[in-house]
Amino acid sequence: MAKKEEPTKDRLTWMYTQMVRIREFEESVKRTFIAHPGVIRGHAHLGDGAEASIVGALATRQENDLVMPSYRCHGYPIVLGTSTRSMMAEVFGRKDGLCKGFGGSMHLADPAHHFPGTSGIIGAGIAHATGAALTAQVKNTGQVVYCFFGDGSAKQGAFFESLNMAAVWKLPIVYVLENNQYQAYTHVSLEDANAIAGDPLSKKAEAFSIPGVTVDGTDVLQVSEVVGKAAERARAGQGPSLVESKFYRLSAHGNVITVPPLPTQFPEHEAVAVYGNKAEFEEGKAKDPVPKFRSHLIRNEVFAEADAERIEDAARAEIGDAVQFALASPLPLPEEAINYVYA
Amino acid sequence: MAREMMYADAIAAAISEEMQLDPQVIFYGQNMGMTERDPMLKKFGKNRVRLAPISETAEIGIAIGAALTGLRPIVELWMSEFMLVAMDQVVNEAPRFRYMSGGQVKVPVVLKAGFGFAAGWAGQHSNCTYHMMMGIPGLRVVVPSTPADAKGLMTASIRDDNPVVYLHHYMLTLDKGEVPEGNYSIPLGVADIKRAGSDVTIVATAWMVKKSLTATERLAAEGISAEVVDPRTLAPLDVETILKSVRKTGRLVLVDQGTRHGSAAAIIAAEVVERGFESLKAPVRMVTALDTSVPYSEPMENYILPNEDKIVAAVKSVLTGQEVAA
Repeated sequence: MAKKEEPTKDRLTWMYTQMVRIREFEESVKRTFIAHPGVIRGHAHLGDGAEASIVGALATRQENDLVMPSYRCHGYPIVLGTSTRSMMAEVFGRKDGLCKGFGGSMHLADPAHHFPGTSGIIGAGIAHATGAALTAQVKNTGQVVYCFFGDGSAKQGAFFESLNMAAVWKLPIVYVLENNQYQAYTHVSLEDANAIAGDPLSKKAEAFSIPGVTVDGTDVLQVSEVVGKAAERARAGQGPSLVESKFYRLSAHGNVITVPPLPTQFPEHEAVAVYGNKAEFEEGKAKDPVPKFRSHLIRNEVFAEADAERIEDAARAEIGDAVQFALASPLPLPEEAINYVYA
Repeated sequence: MAREMMYADAIAAAISEEMQLDPQVIFYGQNMGMTERDPMLKKFGKNRVRLAPISETAEIGIAIGAALTGLRPIVELWMSEFMLVAMDQVVNEAPRFRYMSGGQVKVPVVLKAGFGFAAGWAGQHSNCTYHMMMGIPGLRVVVPSTPADAKGLMTASIRDDNPVVYLHHYMLTLDKGEVPEGNYSIPLGVADIKRAGSDVTIVATAWMVKKSLTATERLAAEGISAEVVDPRTLAPLDVETILKSVRKTGRLVLVDQGTRHGSAAAIIAAEVVERGFESLKAPVRMVTALDTSVPYSEPMENYILPNEDKIVAAVKSVLTGQEVAA
């Protein structure tokens, strides 16, 4: 492999652009609950706060590498090039949605953009991503699979079984454990043995004798460096790694679970709503990766304030258009529901 | 041309032939391919024949991920109960992806396991679990009763683009039967008349087909002509062939090794009653296991399971309209 190179200005600008697009998408979804009540059904989960982690990790992928996250899945396909119009239309359950209204927010799939699909069952998708890595190995495609999941998933049997098998078979996969501090509503300190012992969650890697590294998930460049090494290792046939990317989920787990006809919207973050810990939430917000990277880039003269604003305006325009497109898209015909049961 | 083959060998032959024909097919499971002497390992190599740890959730989940991305995995799960360890992957992952993606992906996986081991395996290794799977849209459920069906249906299962739960019956493992020469497949969702008859229709699957055929010999000696229909796959279920037979005979006995409410029989009975009520000359009768767990000791095990005596008695009951004791 070539020696580590500093990302070019274009690359850094690309990274910031993707982070802003993700943030704008998530905030638009959140606003929809107020602006267009009832348009989003069921449960939507947002990735705001994860932008540096997502973009830092995906910045290291090669053209055909696959990406398989959990149901908190909006951010990744945005980076991979999936149309935000069809993504928003899917979140809105429309005919022009990415999955024609069959999946919704939790089940985005876009195989054409290296995004085979996600499971809504916590931890289950870790096994599926591991299987995608098996395909890469059996077919010798040179692909690496980027598997993302939360700290909650790291307590599931699927996590332990999959990492063991990936280590035994030396599969080309990078496991990114997004430690956003909360599994749904429970703080990590209440349910994770490593966290309780004061250890990083990456210590779990020791159980499988694979590398385990913890990285500041609000630092896009640090994430990129660490995940990049893990991906190189995977591509070289040396097997899986576990990267704990630590950041703070900036929104609540998901929209309020209400029973129709009560309207649903995003509640306050669990830190405040459940634990009454406003200080923790404020601290989390202070580490918001998007303004952090913006300041970094301006400080280092990668771009000027005006350039940042142009990027932000463009993202607002793009996602605003996606919302309009989704609202204008028709609902599927009822009888379409009988399609796609069998191939 | 045909040759005699054991049920287990017929299944193995189908897997081997399909692996030969299609490099996308891989095969893995616990306690297989452990040494270089393993014949499948020798033939197809370590890349395609793998040993898996005791991790059903990951074994099945990995197969789903591999299938989503272009392989056609067969997972050897050995016993159908082991699938229960990974119920989420079987019923709430594998059959969901195609639908949730709006038809963008497919999950061609075969989950192979034995079931119904009525040989002293007691409460946790002798069960019938097919009824739990047959109502899951997106899953196929295959339950072969003969070596020829076992081979052709395994071939079809591997070629099918959907997740298939392929359940072979442990008590049929060593049974021999005529198997057609060469590579062939039997379409999923096509029932087979295992014996033609005119007085009563018996619908049975797997080991119960064998027991029903034995029972029909005894019935024939008493001048009763029973038709035995084997659905061969429970999903899709060939209700038409069953209805056609019932229209001819006017009577239906369902033989199922599962418990009464945990049987395919209950579902088939409902279909026939709703769609073929006018052809029925007598109430439908189900011969199932008793509503107990499976006991270890032999006389108790025999007592709770369907057998030839119970089948004969049920047939006579529907023919005479009077309760006939087994």
